[in-house]
This record gives sequence, C-alpha cells and structure tokens, in this order.
Amino acid sequence: MSMSQNISDTGPRGPKPTRRISRRNIFLYGTLIVISVYYLLPLYVMVVTSLKGMPEIRLGNIFSPPVEITFEPWVKAWSAACTGLNCDGLSRGFWNSVQITVPSVIISIIIASVNGYALANWRFKGAQAFFTILIFGAFIPYQVMIYPIVIILREMGLYGSLWGLVIVHTVFGMPILTLLFRNYFTSIPEELFKAARVDGAGFWGIYFKIMLPMSLPIFVVAMILQVTGIWNDFLFGVIYTKPDLYPMTVQLNNIVNSVQGVKEYNVNMAATILTGLVPLIVYFVSGKLFVRGIAAGAVKG
Amino acid sequence: MEPSVAVKDLTLSFGAVEVLKKLNLDIGQGEFLVLLGPSGCGKSTLLNCIAGLLDITDGQIFINGKNVTWEEPKDRGIGMVFQSYALYPQMDVRGNLSFGLKNAGFEKAEIAKRIERTAEILQIQPLLDRKPAALSGGQRQRVAIGRALVRDVDVFLFDEPLSNLDAKLRSELRVEIKRLHQQLENTMVYVTHDQIEALTLADRVAVMRGGVIQQLSDPKTIYNKPANLFVAGFIGSPPMSMLEGTLRDTGAGMNFVADGIDIPLAGYDGNLSGQDGASVVLGLRPEHIVINEDLDGPGLQATLDIEEPMGSDTLIWLRTEGRQISVRTGTDHPFRPKQEVRLELDISKASIFDVGTERRL
Repeated sequence: MSMSQNISDTGPRGPKPTRRISRRNIFLYGTLIVISVYYLLPLYVMVVTSLKGMPEIRLGNIFSPPVEITFEPWVKAWSAACTGLNCDGLSRGFWNSVQITVPSVIISIIIASVNGYALANWRFKGAQAFFTILIFGAFIPYQVMIYPIVIILREMGLYGSLWGLVIVHTVFGMPILTLLFRNYFTSIPEELFKAARVDGAGFWGIYFKIMLPMSLPIFVVAMILQVTGIWNDFLFGVIYTKPDLYPMTVQLNNIVNSVQGVKEYNVNMAATILTGLVPLIVYFVSGKLFVRGIAAGAVKG
Repeated sequence: MEPSVAVKDLTLSFGAVEVLKKLNLDIGQGEFLVLLGPSGCGKSTLLNCIAGLLDITDGQIFINGKNVTWEEPKDRGIGMVFQSYALYPQMDVRGNLSFGLKNAGFEKAEIAKRIERTAEILQIQPLLDRKPAALSGGQRQRVAIGRALVRDVDVFLFDEPLSNLDAKLRSELRVEIKRLHQQLENTMVYVTHDQIEALTLADRVAVMRGGVIQQLSDPKTIYNKPANLFVAGFIGSPPMSMLEGTLRDTGAGMNFVADGIDIPLAGYDGNLSGQDGASVVLGLRPEHIVINEDLDGPGLQATLDIEEPMGSDTLIWLRTEGRQISVRTGTDHPFRPKQEVRLELDISKASIFDVGTERRL
C-alpha cells in the first residue's frame, strides 16, 4: 500500500492567497488616510491662502484653490512686511536665525559627542555622578533658569548678543544630546574599543579614527534635533536678544501679531511657511538616517 | 629561565565582588597556556588584566621581567585577539593591520613589509583590500590574528577566538593556531570554555573556578589525574562516571564499598593509606570501563540503558543500583538494551576523591 494514498494533488498549494479588500485592510488604510488628512489639511489651507490675493481671501472660501495665483504675499513676507518700524520682512530674521543655529548646532554636537564618548567608554571617576546631574538637568523647567542666565550673560557682557544666545542653546542641548551619544557609543561593541587600546590609540585617536566613522547616523539625528529645536525656539530668542537680532520665529510673531492695519492673511501664511521651511527641508533630506539613528540609539539605556 | 608572563597575588574586585582572588601564575617563554573554565570563572577577566584593559585592585603583573602593572596596553608588548574579531569596520584589512603600527609611528616601508609578511603567514594576501564586512567569519578571525601578529610582540592573548565560528571552521583554525605557535614560538595565553580546544592546544591548562585556579598542569594530567571533583566533572565529554561509597581496609589492600559494590582498589595511582572508612567518590572515564557479557567475575553488575553511536565509537549508558555509568566502546558491539552485563573497571586509571575536601587522593 502506497503511503501517499490519502495525499491528493488537489487542494491548497503554495502561498496562502490574501484578499485585497478585507475588513482588516479597510480599517488599516482608513485610519491612515484620516490621520494624513488631519495633518495635511491645515498645510493645504496655508499654501492655498498664501497664493491668493486679499480680495479673494475676503470671499471666505478657505478650502477653494486660488482663482488667480499670485506670489506677491511671499515676496512681501520675505522682504517688505513690517515689524514695528522696520519694514524689511523676514529676511533679516532668517539671517539672524542662521547665525544663531549654525554655531549652536556645531558646538553642542561636538561637545556632547565627546561627552557621550567619554561616559560610554572611559569610566572615569565620578562618571556616574556627572551623568546623573546632566540627565537631571534635562528635567529642570526652563523658566526657573531664565533670570539667572540673564544675570550670567550680563556679567559676561554677552547679554543681548547672538553669541549669548548661542551659549544658551548649547548648554540647554547638552543633556539630551549627551544621553543620545552615550547610548549610541555604548551600543558599539566594547571589544572594538579594547582592540584600539591594544593597538595604541589614545582618547582622541579612538574617538576620531574608530568611533566617529561609525557614528554618522547618530550625528544626523543630533543635527536634526538641534536644527529644529534651535530654529523653532521662540522663548530664548525673545529674551536673550535685541530687536534687530531677533531670530526668525520672533519676527514671524511680530509680523502676524501686529495690531495696526488690515490683517494680511496671505502674507502671514507665506511668512509662516517660510519660517518652517528649514526644519522641513532638513527632515526630508535626512529622514532615513534619522530613523536609523533613533533606533540604534534607543536600544540600550 | 625568566617567565614570559608572571602574575603575582593578583586581586580584582568590582565593588564588593571579588572576581580574582590572590591569583599567582607563571607562564614560561614560548609556552601555550590555556585558561579554561565555565563562564563567570574569571578567565577572561584575568586575560584583560594581563592585557592592561582592566585596572587591577591589588598585585603585580610582569611581562618579560618588566613590571607592567601600571603600563598602558600598548606598552606591554602584547597582541590580543577577541571573540567578536573586533575589526575596525570602516577600514579595509590593510588598514586594520596597519592601525597599530601607525599609532606606534612606524615608517611606511616598514609597515608595508610587516603587512606583507603577516599576510603571507596567514595566507590573507587576496583579502588585503577588502572591508571586514566582505569577509567570512574564518577570514575575519584570521585578520584579527594578523593584527596581533603584525605588531611583532612576545605575548599573544586570545580571548575565546573561535567561539563565534561554526564547528568545522573551529577545528580548522584550531589546527592553524597550533601550527602558528610552533612556527612563531611566542608565548600564547588562550582563554576558552571549550575543553577540546584546551586539551588539543595547550602545553599547560589552568582550570579556573570562581576566580581561583583549580589545577595547573599539562593536558594529560588534567585529563587523567584531575586534582579535584570540579576539574573531574568539567573535563571530559561525557564526564566521568561518579560512584559514591566508602573505603575499607581489608588487610590485603583498600576496597571501594557501596551498596551492592565491593571492588578492590589494587593498582590505584595515588595514596590511599590511612583512609580506612573515608567517604569517597570513585570517578571513572568512559574509556576505562569494559563491558563483559559474561556475568561471572570481578566488577560490577549493570543494566544497559541506551546507546549513542558517535561514528568513530559508541557511548553506552548503563544503570547500576540507581546510578548512571557511561562506557565508551567500539561501533561493533553485541549489546542490546535492557541486557544484564558485568563492568570491569580499570582501577589504575581511576580517580578517587575525598567527599569532604573534594580533592583527589
């Protein structure tokens, strides 16, 4: 008697077929679409409004596409909108923000990466205490420190200058960035570090030749966090700088909230989009690395 | 002759936990010493201390007569090979090999010459321009060995170098490491938990447990005359069969007595005098027992339980009075499961341990 007597050639074979329209799929894609609309609708309104002229806006159809596309609001927002007495638009604020963001990002990342490296690989005396204090710093509300910092900056002669603000951003970025870098460097196998020590590399040799080349993703994460954080900052900008050094966000607020004259919604929308453009571009350019770095840094605590 | 590596009263503690306890160890010039033990016994820790990668709590370390206790790893004249290879992923093989030499400030020509020589010894010339990611496990470990080799040091430290490889590659590289040692005649300290590696490679094996060396001896002695019950149980696969009982002086000689068993211990390689009445453990290797179908004669009655054919030989498990005994025998044997047999024990190769001190008598 053949053993395969009961085994017929008909019946299921190969991969199990999946239905395209199932209850599960409808649920899944339905949710995704609703959430996307929820986030994209305001953006759509902003773009559409910024391309309309004022007469068209007064008709009140905020969802309808522009009948007559005009870029005048964008030009005005960039170069001619008034904040108080100045009428040179957002451009000045943009350059101020660039001058604040670039050095803050670079300095904070350099210091934090060395901090994280030292904490992860060189268990120096008091490392644990140092780390605890640093992390504790991440939980102190900013408001508590505003006034003491004003005094410190004044004593240093930096109050009201761009460099004062750069220092403030660097200091406040330190806890979270150090934590980020420490966790990433801890996830790099310890034997690699040991091998480099046997090979005669010192503190900086190991940092520059072994650790840095392996850590591009985490540097991208840190850069994105810092660029968006510092670019979007309003509080420190308004407190620690003077009006002609205001960053873009503060200027945007001043344009949008100006009480004199007609509310130019199209200019406001254009100005807002212009201000948000930098973080947006940074995300789109390095989004993939961002996700990879976040995942890598998040595994070990 | 001056020892190549000397460890004196080495103590290492992490907080309240003492990992190594007053450890002393002399390793001769050109010796291949294996540190063997279960995980957590301190063998890797000891190696890291010798390498200078861990700061010790107390004691001294000498390499070639020089006190290196406070020296940096690079100044100790050692090369180290790690379990995970630890190759620098962003550098190609040439970069990996030259990294240490560049740090030491060697001339370009000298570096090239040394890499050339190392690559030839390890036969990795075709791999020199590849990144570690493009290498197989065996090739990676070869490069890792090369990285130690290229520095031209007196002492090689291996930290479980073969544990990440599959069984076939492991046995191949094992032979290569042994050949390398014969060729270079360097001192090698090799950490492993694999007893086959230890017994095949070593000039001497140090079996460790709980930060203490249990026995330091050549592989033959470790295998045939384990110093205590721990070493006896750890070395050998399957381990020794252990029978508990007491010693009785019959006048003619010492006998091993347990319920249903009474075996004369004539020919035992050890000192049993004055131990009358002592509680002991009798340990026997599987190959030192012979199964006999003829039930009449001296020895021990047992029942066959199961057999494990190993290819080159067969392992037979038997039961006697509720105890398990394993016997190694040829592949062509007449025995059937459940069969009643008689076991003849080769007492001259047996080991007897005191139950209290766990030491071999």
